[in-house]
Amino acid sequence: MENDELIPAEDFCTYHNIEYSFISSLEDSGLIRVTAVEHHTFIPADELQKLEKFVRLHYDLDINLEGIETINHLLEKIDEMNKEILQLRNKVIS
Amino acid sequence: MDFVDYYKTLGVAKNASTEDIKKAYRKLARKFHPDVNPNDKESHKKFQQINEANEVLSDPEKRKKYDQYGENWKHADQYEQARQQQRQGAGGFGGFGGGGFGNFGGGEYTYSGEEEGGFSDFFESLFGGGRGRRSQAKYRGQDYNAELQLSLTDAYKTHQQTLTINGKNVRITIPAGVENGQQIKLKGYGSPGANGGPNGDLFITFIINNNTGFKRERNNLYKEEELDLYTAVLGGEKTIDTLSGKIKLKVNPETQNGTKIRLKGKGFPVYKKEREDGDLYITWSIKLPTNLSQKQKDLFTELSKLSS
Repeated sequence: MENDELIPAEDFCTYHNIEYSFISSLEDSGLIRVTAVEHHTFIPADELQKLEKFVRLHYDLDINLEGIETINHLLEKIDEMNKEILQLRNKVIS
Repeated sequence: MDFVDYYKTLGVAKNASTEDIKKAYRKLARKFHPDVNPNDKESHKKFQQINEANEVLSDPEKRKKYDQYGENWKHADQYEQARQQQRQGAGGFGGFGGGGFGNFGGGEYTYSGEEEGGFSDFFESLFGGGRGRRSQAKYRGQDYNAELQLSLTDAYKTHQQTLTINGKNVRITIPAGVENGQQIKLKGYGSPGANGGPNGDLFITFIINNNTGFKRERNNLYKEEELDLYTAVLGGEKTIDTLSGKIKLKVNPETQNGTKIRLKGKGFPVYKKEREDGDLYITWSIKLPTNLSQKQKDLFTELSKLSS
């Protein structure tokens, strides 16, 4: 039975006009996770937003894989810090 | 509407080469791109300006027009009109326009999840309502859904069927063992994609009508078979129908009512697994004789006395 939560990697590549090797490189670096079903690769729907961001970083901004890894790491850190700031702000206000 | 100096936005000289413009854009885009500045409205605004400047300056035709009319863009229409009148006056083919300010756009802003493009009024005025983009957006075609009614015996064997979907005949192979409500996807059989995008898919849902005496639970089949009292007591043979034909079963003496026997591999085929079948379970339902003759009744009475 088909699973609506999985997007064929092939379709994604056609849609964005990108090489499949880019997706496999991201997977090798642990930046995204993909699922293989009967020799076909699928992208879980909850990974889509992240993957599209990486596509933009690479193809629009010419950032290589190492750069994407660094940016991703820093963005995660910023996100954590923002959450912490918000918590502290709320603490000060209350 | 204020004049927008795209060269200034990108920080390049007016005689900058395409390569310089590209470099400057990339550098600024990396700094202000919405993906690296989440929730930063100022950066988003700045990025839109950079993007707009790049749209114009990286395209030789647009850059030419911008350079030609840029600061006097408000009078561009008048210039064009005057130029056309001049040409018509000279006896040439008028009315085809000197180009004017065409629409370069089409497609959607490629940043999903961000607010709409946000190109300036200046850009709109100079280049029309369209927005230039990294590439024209490709749209995947719409998916189609169809239902296919099958009988249990149809689903028992791999077979082919031809469906008519939106006027197109689609021949499909239905593997044995398909389940009721199961959906299969035929990739690319949906509506055609737009702008070179992939076609949608065709989803076929199988509705299986069971008009047989078999009950199906996944790959196993269940059936209740009547057995006469004498065969149940004394043992013997009974021929039963299965989906693959008739088979003869040995009945053990003193078979009790409700006895279940398993016939390995006589059930339903396992979906997409050739030569793998479920089991068939037969439950014996012992039928007591009716309309007994006097002699039969006497014999039963005698039997009853022997048993007590």
